[in-house]
Amino acid sequence: VTATESAGNFSLLLRRILHTKAALVGFSIIGILAAMTIYALVAVPLESFSQWNDPGFWIDYPKSAAPSWINLMLPEGNLPNHMILGPSDAKTQNSSLGGIPTNSFLYDIDFRYNSYPTDFIIDYCLKYGEIPPVIQVDVTRPDGESFMIYNSPLPSSTLSDNLSNLTEYCSRIFSTDESIRDNLQAYTGRFDYSPDLSSPQKMIFSQLDKDAVLRGKYLFNVTYYLFDPEDKVENTKVILGGRVYGLMGTDDLRRDLSIGIFWGAPVALFVGLTAAISSVTIGMLYGLLAGYKGGRYDEALMRINDLVISLPTFVFLVILSITIGSSIFLITLFLVIFGWSGIARVARSLALQIKNLQYVEASKLMGETDIKIILRHILPQLLPLTFASIALAVPAAILAEATLSFIGLGDPSIPTWGSILHDANTASAAARGLWWWILPPGIMIAAAGISFALIGSAIESVTNPRGSANQSKVRFT
Amino acid sequence: MTGFLFFVAKTTAYRILVVVVTVIITLILLGSAMDKLLSDRIRAEVVEAAAQDKIQFKMLSQRQAYIDEQIDIKTKGLGLDEPWYSPKRFVNTLFQVLTLDLGRSNFFTSDSGSSNVSDIIIERVPKTVLLFTTSTVIVVVIGLFLGTYMAEKRGSALDKGVSFTAVVSNSFATFWVGMLMILLFSFTLHIFPARSTPLTSPGDPFYVLDLLYHMILPLITLVLLSFTVWSFVVRYFVSRVLDEDYIQAKRVMGIPKRKILYSHALKNAAPPILTGIVTALIASISGSFIVEAVFDWPGVGKLLYDAIVVMDIPLILGSTYVFTLIYVMTMLIADLLYAYFDPRVKVSS
Repeated sequence: VTATESAGNFSLLLRRILHTKAALVGFSIIGILAAMTIYALVAVPLESFSQWNDPGFWIDYPKSAAPSWINLMLPEGNLPNHMILGPSDAKTQNSSLGGIPTNSFLYDIDFRYNSYPTDFIIDYCLKYGEIPPVIQVDVTRPDGESFMIYNSPLPSSTLSDNLSNLTEYCSRIFSTDESIRDNLQAYTGRFDYSPDLSSPQKMIFSQLDKDAVLRGKYLFNVTYYLFDPEDKVENTKVILGGRVYGLMGTDDLRRDLSIGIFWGAPVALFVGLTAAISSVTIGMLYGLLAGYKGGRYDEALMRINDLVISLPTFVFLVILSITIGSSIFLITLFLVIFGWSGIARVARSLALQIKNLQYVEASKLMGETDIKIILRHILPQLLPLTFASIALAVPAAILAEATLSFIGLGDPSIPTWGSILHDANTASAAARGLWWWILPPGIMIAAAGISFALIGSAIESVTNPRGSANQSKVRFT
Repeated sequence: MTGFLFFVAKTTAYRILVVVVTVIITLILLGSAMDKLLSDRIRAEVVEAAAQDKIQFKMLSQRQAYIDEQIDIKTKGLGLDEPWYSPKRFVNTLFQVLTLDLGRSNFFTSDSGSSNVSDIIIERVPKTVLLFTTSTVIVVVIGLFLGTYMAEKRGSALDKGVSFTAVVSNSFATFWVGMLMILLFSFTLHIFPARSTPLTSPGDPFYVLDLLYHMILPLITLVLLSFTVWSFVVRYFVSRVLDEDYIQAKRVMGIPKRKILYSHALKNAAPPILTGIVTALIASISGSFIVEAVFDWPGVGKLLYDAIVVMDIPLILGSTYVFTLIYVMTMLIADLLYAYFDPRVKVSS
């Protein structure tokens, strides 16, 4: 068999594999995962990845909100969408009011929901000098009514001896703020009923004649009166609390689950592919070496192999991640340490058959080294098996990492599908019916696994039509 | 017969060796962490004792000296002055783990109120074994019958459906399917309770019934995930035997189809089926261990999950040791069954 001929065989084989339905479905799913990976790397801010477990990062998000598309499924009524509006969402106006420069941020909010917002927050960050600026919030309603809901100076500057003599101050005004309630008191007379002042968002978004949502365009005007030309508005946000948010909703810790799901894709692919490729390669070489060398060498290698196969891997994964560490790289390494043993046994029995073939004998007579014979003459024969084993080992590796994350021993610094399910389980999400917290990560784990399993079985069915009942020769837990 | 006894003894010895090796590796990994844990505990005990004895000290330094002296005495008394890897201590710890003599837990107690690690664990072992063996028995029965039936009806819709599900369900996380079960049967349909810890106390006459009722949901989860894989394995090997000449010959002889299928084909396919099934079973042990945490099933797996949250090292060590025992027992039973069905094993080894 010449090199070109075997390459031809190989491309023929590849074409036949690609023509199976299983491989087609498998590669399509992998395509989706790859697209998610690229999307995560390009479009999702890296911050959301590294700050996944920092509650401060997610403070603007709603708590356990359902995905916003469920509004499409609800027969009547739709739940308010959670809105986070930053400076870029606002129209800005800079003017001077009686010599005082003002900085206005106008937020258009189209509110067409059947129930009130849960709350609202005005978030701001300012740099200012000796005279503290004044912040004022007005709301203009669709019916033309205008409420001035907040007007208060910021605390006076503390860092007077600072070099820049500017102080930075960041804070948030909550809808439950007492001064908002006091300001709204003045407008209660315009209503035909007596509005509930303890939840100002209801009064602001209510019709005048009855306690029902007034739908339409609202204008939130956040104005800063700056008394010093050097004063600057660094950041200003309006957050309107809703019951639904984003593509996949949020969890109890306010994290946007879609970000976790997207970032989970590269992590799972990395763990799955790295662990599978390394385990199968090591196992193959180990088994081929044992089978080819034979004798005492084989005996010793296979004794070690027998022992590793019979060890309870799960126990070691638990103990290793507790004592050595649980970064994603270490976990992948642990998976490889125990994952190679199953395939080694298969490779050995195949090497025993192949080594007696004439062309192998011939190369031995020609004085080629053992390693060279294994790598150049035996291994290429086993390439289809190798690829099938790798593909079938990927689901096992992904599942093993997910299991480890699920019991709380995953990489604590990044989002993984398993760790999302761990948090969901800790918060009893299933018993509380928070399906959006449970379904997507599990579906992703299953989809990633199934895609590789399908490709693996496609390779097996094409290269070895009698098939194999042992789905995977590699296991990690 | 002596050949079989020798085989049993040899296999058992090997599996015990596996347990010992596992514990040794675990201890090597955990050694320094355990050392720190023990010395912290001695310090805490001594400080507490000093506070309770109300010994008057003239100066703070005197009190410190007294405490240091007491710690020294206790440390020497327990042999902790030697490092964990000294042969004497290592062998000692090894026997302690093997006999579950792991001291006290900092965070957990047993139902009877004991904080001994062994009491806490031993109380939970029956529940883990009950769930695991029940689900395994159910899956064996379904797998054998469904698999053989599929082998007979090769190419049927049922055959294709189950075979496809077998490939797919291998990729499902057991704990996730468990959460889906709660979502469906507890939250949406209100049929089964979400938490599997029975509400009645262990002394209650209805406790067993209550326990079984709470076991249904985890049981369904485990069976659902495994039965297609097992059926697939059985189907594969039985259908290979069905193609053999001697089975065809039996057909010609007029032996009833059912008898051929269930006594001749199944029995001859038994050894490879056993190998395939053991692979599947071994892979599912960790899943059925972990699924306890989803259902709050009061077994060792749930204990491990809770112990990891507070990093209770003695409990983690104890529950992983129980896992090792269950794992090794399963393999041992598989070895013996294999030898029973394939007599060559007994002779050749």
